[in-house]
Amino acid sequence: MNRYYYDLHIHSCLSPCADNDCTPNNLAGMGVLNGLNIMALTDHNTCGNCPAFFAAAKKQGIIPIAGMELTSAEDIHLICLFEELEEAMRFDALVRTRRVLIRNREDIFGEQLLTDGEDRVIGKEEYLLSNATDISIEEAVPLAEAFGGICYPAHIDRQSNGMLSVLGAFPPSPFFACAEVHDPARIGSLSEDPVIAQKRILVSSDAHFLWDVKEKREYFELDDEPYSGALVRKNLFTLLRKGI
Amino acid sequence: MTVAGLLQHEAFSPVCLPDGEREICGVYIGDLLSWVMGRASAGNAWITIMSNINIVAVASLADTACILLAEGVTLSEEIVATANAKGINILASTLSAYELAVCLSRLL
Repeated sequence: MNRYYYDLHIHSCLSPCADNDCTPNNLAGMGVLNGLNIMALTDHNTCGNCPAFFAAAKKQGIIPIAGMELTSAEDIHLICLFEELEEAMRFDALVRTRRVLIRNREDIFGEQLLTDGEDRVIGKEEYLLSNATDISIEEAVPLAEAFGGICYPAHIDRQSNGMLSVLGAFPPSPFFACAEVHDPARIGSLSEDPVIAQKRILVSSDAHFLWDVKEKREYFELDDEPYSGALVRKNLFTLLRKGI
Repeated sequence: MTVAGLLQHEAFSPVCLPDGEREICGVYIGDLLSWVMGRASAGNAWITIMSNINIVAVASLADTACILLAEGVTLSEEIVATANAKGINILASTLSAYELAVCLSRLL
């Protein structure tokens, strides 16, 4: 067993609201500086920069996870993480057909930059990424699972787009094994809710700027013998699926 | 005006009406359920576009007279069954929240 420090909610320059300095290599580099071992890239409604992030993470010795922060039809933010990059990209292709297409206004929302593994800008997403898809939370969970992924509500301690704020409480279904908080100081009061007490609570940064990337703080204890990044990732997903 | 009485108006169609004789007293509009929970008053007709099952819990908690689903929003059979079991009235309309509010302002 070894400790793996993590940040499972990070935006790159592809998210309109994220800083353009959040390129895949800068993010991976920031993770190393902060002493992180596992980082998930979770742009709004897209996995477009995940291949570049994998290339960047490999150079820095970070274990990358391909993810997406999905905006549900109810305007709830859900973290979707995938064990395999290829599966994430298939999920991405599906979500692409379920987005509500509004042309991005860069002057209002910001640029949406696609990069390669060397941080070169190779394209721009033309349609706004952060608005709601037509995927309900009920549908999102089995959908992510169908691509070997997991799905849980993001920043439940926040007013905007947090599950508790939008729905008042966790609905009876779908079942979420995990839930994310932004501020670890909120875990105590949130865990007084018996439904939330039954979930694994993860703390991630929701970084939109390089300096937001998490410090070395929360960690997973994972079995990693014989060592490989793929094994660590596999064991992490087993842990997350199990919840507590 | 009772909830069943609203059905005399062509803008409304019934989704479930376990307590149709409930009197309506005022209107509340909102979709952020954490907000609605603390602000809707007992007896209100609550206009929303939210279709998650938690609307039934919130309507029950706030003791609203009925939920009015705006803009043609539909619910799953499971949610309708739960609402029936919990005694929550639900009506639907293709009108927007604003148009419904204008309509209710004339009717109530």
